[in-house]
Amino acid sequence: MDELLRGIEQAMRLIASGDGALAEIVLLSLRVSGLALLISTLCGVPVGAALGLSRSRAHGLITALLYTGMGLPPVVVGLFVYLFLSRSGPLGVLGWLFTPRAMVSAQVVIALPLVTGLTMTAVRSVDPGLRVQVRSLGATRLQEAWAVLLEARIGVVAAIVAAFGGIISEVGAVMLVGGDIEGKTRVLTTAIVLNTRQGEFSLAIALGLILLALTFAANVALLRLQGRT
Amino acid sequence: MVRMKPAPPLICLVSLLLQLTLAGCSPAPAPTVAAPTATTATATLAPVVRQPGELLLATTTSTADSGLLTFILPVFEKANNVKVNVVAVGTGQAIEIGRKGDADVLLVHARAQEDKFVADGEAKERFDVMYNDFIIVGPKNDPVKVAGAKDAADAFKAIAAAQATFVSRGDKSGTNTKELAIWASAKITPTKEMKWYNAIGQGMGETLLFSNEQQGYTLSDRGTYLSMQDKLTGLTIVFGGQKLADNQDKLLLNPYGVMAVNPARHPAVNYDLAMKFVNWILSVDTQKLIAGYGVDKYGQPLFYANSAQYQAAQ
Repeated sequence: MDELLRGIEQAMRLIASGDGALAEIVLLSLRVSGLALLISTLCGVPVGAALGLSRSRAHGLITALLYTGMGLPPVVVGLFVYLFLSRSGPLGVLGWLFTPRAMVSAQVVIALPLVTGLTMTAVRSVDPGLRVQVRSLGATRLQEAWAVLLEARIGVVAAIVAAFGGIISEVGAVMLVGGDIEGKTRVLTTAIVLNTRQGEFSLAIALGLILLALTFAANVALLRLQGRT
Repeated sequence: MVRMKPAPPLICLVSLLLQLTLAGCSPAPAPTVAAPTATTATATLAPVVRQPGELLLATTTSTADSGLLTFILPVFEKANNVKVNVVAVGTGQAIEIGRKGDADVLLVHARAQEDKFVADGEAKERFDVMYNDFIIVGPKNDPVKVAGAKDAADAFKAIAAAQATFVSRGDKSGTNTKELAIWASAKITPTKEMKWYNAIGQGMGETLLFSNEQQGYTLSDRGTYLSMQDKLTGLTIVFGGQKLADNQDKLLLNPYGVMAVNPARHPAVNYDLAMKFVNWILSVDTQKLIAGYGVDKYGQPLFYANSAQYQAAQ
């Protein structure tokens, strides 16, 4: 208990001092997960909306595959991304392994099904009457989709928040494909693992508190966005 | 410090591809998204060769966790105006990273695995860099009286006979390889059925912390133990003595080797820079830095320099 309290106290002091290395780790975490979230949103929301609006025959299969994707264990994603991006793998020519790009790739693989699947569910739960009404007002298909998306925005924002929470706090995949290189691929979660391994608990606690604060802030920000019309 | 030119379309495409492979999925019906992605991606899909000013060093956790690399690498980086990216993992994994051509140079400590790496043609040559030694650490009161053992195998026999808690790295690292060799010489095969034997599959630091919590015995390299000693209040060195010179079992010596990954096998590696690194770490000046590291803090070096150049200069 003593160690925990001392750790928290030291952590607070470290955060207050604006330590350079700490700031770098936080920024990289935000850049990697932010970019992964942006890509997942840009790809996942339209695809999810399209899936939610269409009534294709492969409906059940697509849903099952998406839900499987949502439950992919991150460390398995990390393993496959590693093998794909390794120089002896099919995408080895890219030279992405042990770079932030590899981490973004892995996080997109984790986040994309979440955003797509939850968007699809949100769009499907919109009252079908809305579509009929919008169409009768002479809306194009794109305008119709947009109206439905707006109506489903609470679910869509929830999808994005869930994806962000999932990837920023994920450690297995980014550790494998990023390699935890100081100043290059070290993010909050891998730094927590490293510092715990070295017995530097106060630094680990500081990083943990920042991670908590970040996810909290992201949730608050997105929830406020959700409230706006 | 952080270099990341974002290539969102390409990452998106790659991730989608991985996604499809993972889920075994047929392409999603979303032409509106897929079409523009594909066109932009082709434009940027030139092979990205690792930047000439960067070297990827795959090494063991002990060289990184002990602080040695942070101490010596800036000299190399400044002199050659390059950045050395350090991936610190177990020796087994480091060698695998080299085998796949994902690292330019390796600094590891498992002689048999290193010799195999060279024999397989993955590296042209291996060079001695430095050494330290392994010690057996255990609970302060040493319930099994390991301290009286004549060699490491004898100590392990005593631990096994008493079924005292033993913590193994269990991760194919250099330390784990050495530990298994000692068990073999004691003619004991540890299995998971043995309740006192814990293969935890983690790094040296975690293993020491685990031993401290569980009051177990473990094999550690002296450097990592010394650098974490203040956090390991329940542990002491039960075999191996206070200094390398006091270690009565010469089998516990822990040599580190450096190898540049063979460009004939993996054309994309940064061989020129890797050889520059090899020559630099073997040079007398760097060896002197290594030999002096930790002396002021621990009263003894964490690593003993022993490259051929250094020995010739002595």
